[in-house]
Amino acid sequence: MSMKIEFEHKQAAHCETGVTRNLLRYAGVEKMTEPLAFGIGAGLFFVYVPFLKINHGPAIAFRTFPGQIFSRTCKALSVPVIRKKFSGKDPAELFLETCLENGQPVGCQVGVYYLSYFPKEYRFHFNAHNLVVYGKEQDNYIISDPVMEHPTTLTSYELGRVRFARGALAPHGKLYYPKKGSLVTDEQVKKAIKKGIGRNVRNMLHIPGNITGVKGIRYTGNKIKKWRTRLGIKKAGLYLAQLVRMQEEIGTGGGGFRYIYGAFLQEAHAYLPDDQLPEISAMFTRSGDAWREAAVLAAGIYKGRLGSQEDFNEMGDRLHEIAGMEKQAFEALSKIKWHS
Amino acid sequence: MKKEDIPQDLSSLGKITKEICYATDPSGNYVTELSQGWDIKIAALDIAWQDIRDRMEAARKKVLNNEASPLLFFMERGLMDIAMVAGYTGFWKWQVKNHMKPVPFKKLPDKKLRRYAEIFNISVEDLKNMNVYED
Repeated sequence: MSMKIEFEHKQAAHCETGVTRNLLRYAGVEKMTEPLAFGIGAGLFFVYVPFLKINHGPAIAFRTFPGQIFSRTCKALSVPVIRKKFSGKDPAELFLETCLENGQPVGCQVGVYYLSYFPKEYRFHFNAHNLVVYGKEQDNYIISDPVMEHPTTLTSYELGRVRFARGALAPHGKLYYPKKGSLVTDEQVKKAIKKGIGRNVRNMLHIPGNITGVKGIRYTGNKIKKWRTRLGIKKAGLYLAQLVRMQEEIGTGGGGFRYIYGAFLQEAHAYLPDDQLPEISAMFTRSGDAWREAAVLAAGIYKGRLGSQEDFNEMGDRLHEIAGMEKQAFEALSKIKWHS
Repeated sequence: MKKEDIPQDLSSLGKITKEICYATDPSGNYVTELSQGWDIKIAALDIAWQDIRDRMEAARKKVLNNEASPLLFFMERGLMDIAMVAGYTGFWKWQVKNHMKPVPFKKLPDKKLRRYAEIFNISVEDLKNMNVYED
């Protein structure tokens, strides 16, 4: 079998928003951009899950649960989605080949660990990576991985392996695509933007408990202050390094996704000319900057240049400040009265 | 972040692909720009890997002292835990735990060892002898 679908590979900061944008564009929603997908999908989040460990470190996320951005964005725009999971590698590959034969590029959820084109240093057991398969030449599948500059390939063995990665968030061969030929009007985009903002306000301000949203950021700040005595300086450093990686590593666009969100609000302004949007966008830019400055402080600790209890206190205080900034920003968003 | 402040510190990812960053231009509008890495992130990844090497070294000592089978070493090297090894190989968790002990491990037939060797991308011989080659 040898085929290649005319599919535009466009690099993105984040895998899921990149796949969402590229697939939706292919399906006919040409206005879709990465920040729009992120904002409509209410991608911005914060959560610290206590008692759960990832790679021997704290379980922290700066974005919403994997798969949600794609689902919410398609749903908000009334684009029908085809979604499938499989019990084994053979039926999973067969279905994929049928899609390709019908000229349909498909999104796949995969694990990063066996992803051969990634550098070894980045290959952890993270199972919620996303890519698009859009062709096959002999035994090689043609892959559009949105975090890569250029399209790449995986052998059928390699693709089967990453589609059936094991462990937390195991993909079970999950594939998905939006139905082709969907027409989306500006009116629909406007509605979807408002809905996405509303949902994001809710997720960051109003989820009960203290581990999510701005309360979660504050909670993490409190935790950090205790890390030095509870874990010892070495492990506390490792924990901070993990926080920084979740915040800045490939896929975030920088500043724990806060910059992408800032870009989204600017794009939203073009659809909904509300005076406050540019100012609130700038608030998220400042929040992203504050996250990055906190990362520089954290690096001082895990590089061994800093490490006193005062340094940990300062790190915790930085997170409290950020929580305050983001609370303000989301409250401002919640108060907008849309005119159009 | 301003566009001109996007760091360009070459990381191991940067050698393979640059990553997209969102930043603002002089008039405050968001644009995207490629970055080849940031020292702060490189250091975070470095110490994560140093920790993994420490775990591997501790596991190697256990194997050499006959307190564990080479499976423990390769599990640490593969950044896995018992549940993950069980998931990939199809063994039960209690079986994997058992195979972590030197004596039950030595009794394993090659056919079962091959299931382990495959997930670690090594040969059965390397699994038995704890051989590693730098890649």
